[in-house]
Amino acid sequence: MSFWTRHQVFEKNSIILIVGILLVIAIGGLVEITPLFYLKSTIEAVDGVRPYTPLELAGRNVYVREGCYLCHSQMIRPLRDEVERYGHFSLAAESMFDHPFQWGSKRTGPDLARVGAKYSDDWHVTHLTNPRAIVPQSVMPGYPFLSQTEVDPDMIADHMRTLRTVGVPYTDDQIASAGADMKAQADPDNSGSDAFSKRYAKAVVRNFDGKTGTPTEMDALIAYLQMLGTLVDFKIYNEKANFR
Amino acid sequence: MSQPALSKSMTSGESGLAVVFAITAFLCVIASAKALDAPFAFHAALSAAASLAAVFCIINRYFDRPAALPPAEINGRPNYNMGPIKFSSFMAMFWGIAGFLVGLIIASQLAWPALNFDLPWTSFGRLRPLHTSAVIFAFGGNVLIATSFYVVQKSCRVRLAGDLAPWFVVIGYNFFILTAGTGYLLGVTQSKEYAEPEWYADLWLTIVWVAYLLVFLATIIKRKEPHIFVANWFYLAFIVTIAVLHLGNNPALPVSVFGSKSYVAWGGIQDAMFQWWYGHNAVGFFLTAGFLAIMYYFIPKRAERPIYSYRLSIIHFWALIFLYIWAGPHHLHYTALPDWTQTLGMTFSIMLWMPSWGGMINGLMTLSGAWDKLRTDPVLRMLVVSVAFYGMSTFEGPMMSIKVVNSLSHYTDWTIGHVHSGALGWVGFVSFGALYCLVPWVWNRKGLYSLKLVNWHFWIATLGIVLYISAMWVSGILQGLMWRAYTSLGFLEYSFIETVEAMHPFYIIRAAGGALFLIGAMIMAYNLWMTVRVGEAEVQRPVALQPAE
Repeated sequence: MSFWTRHQVFEKNSIILIVGILLVIAIGGLVEITPLFYLKSTIEAVDGVRPYTPLELAGRNVYVREGCYLCHSQMIRPLRDEVERYGHFSLAAESMFDHPFQWGSKRTGPDLARVGAKYSDDWHVTHLTNPRAIVPQSVMPGYPFLSQTEVDPDMIADHMRTLRTVGVPYTDDQIASAGADMKAQADPDNSGSDAFSKRYAKAVVRNFDGKTGTPTEMDALIAYLQMLGTLVDFKIYNEKANFR
Repeated sequence: MSQPALSKSMTSGESGLAVVFAITAFLCVIASAKALDAPFAFHAALSAAASLAAVFCIINRYFDRPAALPPAEINGRPNYNMGPIKFSSFMAMFWGIAGFLVGLIIASQLAWPALNFDLPWTSFGRLRPLHTSAVIFAFGGNVLIATSFYVVQKSCRVRLAGDLAPWFVVIGYNFFILTAGTGYLLGVTQSKEYAEPEWYADLWLTIVWVAYLLVFLATIIKRKEPHIFVANWFYLAFIVTIAVLHLGNNPALPVSVFGSKSYVAWGGIQDAMFQWWYGHNAVGFFLTAGFLAIMYYFIPKRAERPIYSYRLSIIHFWALIFLYIWAGPHHLHYTALPDWTQTLGMTFSIMLWMPSWGGMINGLMTLSGAWDKLRTDPVLRMLVVSVAFYGMSTFEGPMMSIKVVNSLSHYTDWTIGHVHSGALGWVGFVSFGALYCLVPWVWNRKGLYSLKLVNWHFWIATLGIVLYISAMWVSGILQGLMWRAYTSLGFLEYSFIETVEAMHPFYIIRAAGGALFLIGAMIMAYNLWMTVRVGEAEVQRPVALQPAE
């Protein structure tokens, strides 16, 4: 029986055809995806990487909501010009708590993987409100409405609990004080600032948008941008540790 | 009619669906009242209203219909079900124009950022998913559903399976589009490209998609032909694989069942790989396999020639679906994804060139002996040029997946240009060609209102595509080169903003190309509208049965 005659079994039986399709399409995905869950290089823990603070998380949600990832990547490739322009190439561990990831696929604007601490808070407020006030040639939309919307400290604990279920290691302590921590991070005079700083290593406490009262989405987004890429200390990071 | 009075009663489908929708409406009202955020309240209210409308429509239809359901055959000929196809064809044209228009708006925003208006609902970041979803899933999806329901009936010589089910599929799918699209404008997104809808829209799509698979499969199972026609293999692969991809990429945990926000189960690198396994195969199975099915039915039909090689189509089919699934990692070259995964992705992407061109050859060579028709039939010309664009972008794709090329092209407009040569040239033109064929067929018209207008559409749209893709080639390669340019002293030559500034003229040319493409589609909408309204009715001829080859 020739190959072409044998093939008729697929042409004459829809269930066999479907099973054939499922088997054929399963192979590639299984081979490429499954190992990523246990390979050393993809699940390594790097010193300094921690889950987002409540305020940063709220800022990240604004970043996601406004579709920032459509124009800004967060993935520095190990190419000479990128490392010189943006900083050390991105590590897998640096986005291990990102649900979903924000690596992006397009750079209409620059990469943001290490934008943290590059510009002042004031710069960000002015730039986010009206990008062309600082960079005349910019094509970025303005986001003046962020300063007018407050974030909700009451809801953030639920978000952190959800993230813990999908694998982000928030502690009970962090979840219990989520709302208070959110306010504390945007207010250096807050009595809870010290306790907050102990819960989140290297977290910056500042009044990001320069206004008093409940933190706004502007506070949250800037808190997020200012921590991006700052968690790993590359002076002590051993990039050959995982070489085989 | 003088039929004996049949006792009329609701089918179990009618009563069951009515009850389910009534319960859904009730639950949605509760969800709307308890909603934690405004977009969720809006969507719950919208779903409640839609569910009530569904109950009303089912009951109304029951009272209007005769006691017996439409017969499967009339006088020995299949009684084809054209209603859902008409609906989907209409929606395809509607969403097509809406999607192209939003594309033109966001293209203009990149040239003139003041058009963002500093408002949340009109900013680029929210409109861009609206554009991609409207053109891919709303326009493309409706074209695929309409053509697949037509092709499966005709090639199996049976009436579409189900009574309410096909209507549930077409209306349910468009309701998903409505929910997803309004969600983007309100800031509801999970930020996974081409999979932005949040958990509740995803759940609804899953239900609709399973119904779609069942209707399609049940129609194939009761076919009157021994063989399953080639186009149906491709449709089946498209439907089944999209279901697998959708389920694999989207598992998410909502923060609350009364809120729109959820967090995806996958994180970081695993999420990246899942996303581009999904993203590349949305291209491979939605925008390629599905539309290849259109090619395999509509080109032979329009050219009145058999498919060039049946054996080539067998190889084409299995090779394409096997290789495509591996190609995802080429979206993640030089990222934190392990090198071996990237190299695998690249290797399979290059191999993919072969089945792609095999398919192209099969489509083009179908015209052997009928090439002269290109001169007289602009619809066939559109279909054939679409296959040529398919060949071009499936050469460009493997080339861009080579890591060295990708280090230049990635993150630039070259990718956007590549996508659009496939999307406008291949998917757009093959859809236009199919709709130009389909509308006269399902509305029972002798032909199109005007072939001259098709000709205008063809040339205007082609000019638009050429402007679009050449502008993006130049801007993409220019930007890639500027990013990596060094001065003689070893410093980076350009600041980032200088590369943004250099893009300005090309963004204007691109917007002009998009405008031409939109104008072409509007000419098409007018032409189809007039075909349905004033076209001459086709006289029913008895079908001459031919043995399958």
